[in-house]
This record gives sequence, structure tokens and C-alpha cells, in this order.
Amino acid sequence: MSVIEMDGLRKEFTVRVKAGPLRREKRTVTAVDGVDLRVERGEMLGCIGPNGAGKSTTLKMLTGVLTPSAGRARVCGLRPVADRTRLALRIGVVFGQRSQLWWDLPLRDSFDLLRHVYRVRAGEHAARLARCRDLLDLDAFLDTPVRQLSLGQRMRGELTAALLHGPEVLFLDEPTIGLDVVSKQAVRGFLAELGRAGDTTLVLTTHDLADIERLCRRLVVIDHGRVVHDGSIAELHRRYGSRRMVVAELDAALPEPPVLPGAPVQRVEADGRRLVFALERASVAEVVAGLAGLTTLRDISIVEPDIEEVVARLYRAPAALMDAP
Amino acid sequence: MGSVTATVAPPTGAHVTPWFRTFGAIAAAGFRRHATYRQAAVAGLCTNTVFGFLRCYVFLAATGAAGTVAGYDRAQLATFVWAGQGLLAVIAIWGWTDLADRIRTGEVAADLLRPVHPVTSYLATDLGRAGFASLARLVPPLVVGPFFFAVYLPRHWATVPLFLLSALLAVVVCFGCRYLVNATAYWLQDVRGPMILWTLGSGVLAGLYFPLGFLPGPLEAVLRYATPFPSILQVPLDVLVEREPMSTGLTLIGVQAGWAVLLLALCRLVQRRAERRLVVQGG
Repeated sequence: MSVIEMDGLRKEFTVRVKAGPLRREKRTVTAVDGVDLRVERGEMLGCIGPNGAGKSTTLKMLTGVLTPSAGRARVCGLRPVADRTRLALRIGVVFGQRSQLWWDLPLRDSFDLLRHVYRVRAGEHAARLARCRDLLDLDAFLDTPVRQLSLGQRMRGELTAALLHGPEVLFLDEPTIGLDVVSKQAVRGFLAELGRAGDTTLVLTTHDLADIERLCRRLVVIDHGRVVHDGSIAELHRRYGSRRMVVAELDAALPEPPVLPGAPVQRVEADGRRLVFALERASVAEVVAGLAGLTTLRDISIVEPDIEEVVARLYRAPAALMDAP
Repeated sequence: MGSVTATVAPPTGAHVTPWFRTFGAIAAAGFRRHATYRQAAVAGLCTNTVFGFLRCYVFLAATGAAGTVAGYDRAQLATFVWAGQGLLAVIAIWGWTDLADRIRTGEVAADLLRPVHPVTSYLATDLGRAGFASLARLVPPLVVGPFFFAVYLPRHWATVPLFLLSALLAVVVCFGCRYLVNATAYWLQDVRGPMILWTLGSGVLAGLYFPLGFLPGPLEAVLRYATPFPSILQVPLDVLVEREPMSTGLTLIGVQAGWAVLLLALCRLVQRRAERRLVVQGG
């Protein structure tokens, strides 16, 4: 049985918009439009999509915070809304933009309170906390009130708080938002370590594609409330025509950009002395051989496909053009 | 990483002792959270004391030559005022917008992710807060008052424990009312309107601006039994100054308990309704 199941999950919000000096009209906005997904135990699933795509709303329905308008969801075999209190004992949630810690209390007191809230045995709590202290380097600020922590410190505290009761599923909603490079690395390293252990399922939403590349083998792209891609990053590249690039540095500019079969020129830079070819059907060797017959090569480099570019193309594409996965 | 992840099935049963332990831990955290704001406590204490003098002189003036008004003598009125000034902070009649703020900012989502019902969790925190306020805000006015005014000391041994019970129920009743006022944010987002109504209504009807005994008898009776407001302040103070016979005092405490149960049930009902149509603000 999958640890997370979604069948036709849908969420609509009713908003009132101004329709005159005194009149307001009700309008229905569909935030999530029939999501079907299965996530297996131990999987690390990355969820991306433009702002307002429905990622966070989906996460909130899976954690029981929001009631779906239609469809069915099961997490750990439980109904998220109806069984929310029971489910809370089996999942952990980190919201990058919200805190689940107590603002006025030192981190240590927050953790101690969570032990009682989740009714965790003292020994288990101490073992998990010791592991998190070690991996996330918490000791320096364990006695600092949460309100005085930096964002990076707080996020490390949030991750610990979400894990102290030993959840089976960890939901992370933009956990690296606003973090500096070092804090991002610490958070990603910790999550990668958690994923390697294999007994916690991770569902991560983010705008930072490096999070996905570093952590998740499976990527789900959500747009306009629908899943438009479900597969690996490599599959995303294949599907949306990502191409490797060959950058050729020439001794002297050619009078005309060369025409090489299966490798059209994408850009001409540095006054014609740098040419960027997109590898469509041709291989790198064919491009090099083709150029060598025309001019003297100074340097050749290969640029792997850029996921950000693929995703940007995907976001810009009209919804109708994106076929279902 | 094995020790961080799920290895033991979490407890799922509803056991009474662990429930009390959790409730106690949240209450203790509530105490500690409010104990961190000591300067605010001192500032509030000064304000309460100044207003204590003001109210006491006004009420004493109302007794006139007869020395009594609405069933209170001068000493009873002084006790009513000074104990009331302390009790104000314990029940936190005004200024509590924690829930409304969390609804407005979307932080309420974190409350819903805990394995404790939000009403239970907020109540436990509030009792912890009231515990701190009892030490920091109730005791000082009770000490200051007798230095400047002749106060009434209870004559029956049961009065003080009954007053403490009544004050505890007053905290719960006040919490229930405040929770409901704050919960309007689920529908309105901005609770300034309901908050103004609450501030005005509670001040007048709870017996803060004047003891409800100043009102005509039938009106006082309707307020006492048919609305929760007197249970917030007037009842514990009347118990303390022994204005009524013991049997009436016990009845009023029973009414308080009834309101406490009713309001908590209403809070849970409203919370359930609100969750069905919840919109988490800010994504």
C-alpha cells in the first residue's frame, strides 16, 4: 500500500470580488484541480510549480489542515481531515514561511514541550534530539529563545521539531526559502542523510531546483492545480526537449555561423569567436569534427541541460499545451 | 539516521493520565512564556494600581452617608475593587488576540498540525498564563489595597477556597468568550469590530465599570444567570466579599461551571465549523 494516495484531489476557494460601488460577486477559484498521485514508503518526492500552482494547498490537504472540495486522500492509511489528530502523530511538517516553535521559549524548552505534546518516551526523545543536535549543529543556540534565532538557525530547529516524534512521512513546504548558502547546504545535507536511511517518506515543495536535484529522484511539476509532469529529472529534460550545449572557442571569427547537421547554432558570442551549439541529433565528436574542418579550435566545453531553463519554459507554456503525464 | 525516524508505533489511545500530563506541560510552558515578559508585568501592575485608587475613590463616594450601596459596605467595596484590579490580569479580559493574529497570518496551520485539539491547547496555555498572572498581578494589589483602605476580610473559612475555585472558573469562562471573539477571524479576517464590542460589553456586563448590584434587581438577575459576563469577574468578587449567603455563592459558582462547560463546547463547535472553510492566509 502506498504511504500517500491522492485520487482526484480538488480544492476550490470562494472569493468575493468587487463588482460595483456596493456590490460584490462570488467567484470560485480552483487551487487544486484533480490531482492523482501515489507515493511509496521511503520515497523522496520533489514538488515544483509556479507561485499559486497549488503545491502548498495540496500539502495542506494531505496534512489535514485544509478540507478538500472533492476527491480522496490517504496518508499512512488515514483520512487527513477526519483523522487529523491521529495523523499528526505519524507525520512531521515544516513550513519554510511559518514556525511551529514557541516564539517566547528557548529551543530546548520547545523540544521538551513537543515531547509531551506528542507523548514520546524520554529515551526515544533524547536519542533523536542527540542525533539532530549532532547533524544540525544545534548546541550553540539550544538555549536561545526562538524569537532571537536567525532564519537558518530557526529552520534547523524546525526540522528537529518535526522529527522528534519519529514521523513516517515528512512534509516540507519550501524549507530552504530565504536561507543563505551555508544553511541551505546544512538543511539539504540533513535531508539527504534522512532520505538515505530509507524509512521516512519525504515530500518537498520548493522553488529552488537545486533542492530537487540534490534530494529527489522523483519530480512532480504542478501548474494550474494539475500535475503536468511526474517522473525523474532526466525524463523532464527528454520530454521538454532539453539539450546539451557545446561551447566552441575559436581562434578567429568565421564570416558566417557554420551549419552543422543535427547541431544548430544557439548563440554567437565574443564577436563571433565563441559559438554555442545545441546537440539535437549530432554527437559532440561530430560537432568537433565539423568545426575542425572550418577553423582552428582553441577550446571546447560541454554544458549540461539547465533544469531551471526547462522549468521556466514549462511554466511559460500555455496550460492547454501541457499534456498530462 | 535511524534514531531520528519512526521505529516505534506512536500511542494512539485516549488515556486520561497522559492527557493530563500533556495538558500540564502545555500549561507550564504557558507560565514560562508569560514569565519572560517581566517588564510588561510591572507596567501592567502600575496601571492596575493607579486605576485601583481611582475606582476605589469613585465607588466609596457612591456609598454616601449611609455607608452602603447595592448591598456592599465600604470595606466590601474596597475589597471588590482591589481584588478586581488583580483579577483583571488573571482573567485577561482584554487584549488577547493570539488566535485572531494567527488566523490572520496563517500561522494557525501550525496549531492544526499538532495532536492536541486547538481549544485544549489554547486553554492549557491560558491557564499557565493565568498562573503567572496570579503571582505577578493578583497578589500585589491585594497587598497594596489594605495599606490605604479599610478592606473586608472574609469571615467564613470556606470563602477563600471558593474564591479560588470561582476565579479558576472565571478564567475558563473568559477564555471561552475570548476564543469565540478571536475565532470570528476565521470568517472576517479582521476582528477589530468584534473586539470593540467585546471590550465594551465585557467591561459593562462583567461588573468592571460598576458592580452589577448597582443595576435594578431583575436586570442583575438576568445578567447573572442568562449571560456569561458576570461569571468572568462579578461572581468571584461577590464570593470573596461574602455579599450573598453561602448557598447563593455556591449556586453562582455552579452557574459559572455551567457556562465554562457550555462555552468550551461552543468553542469546539465553532472551531470544527471554521476548519471546514479554513483558508490559510499567505500560501
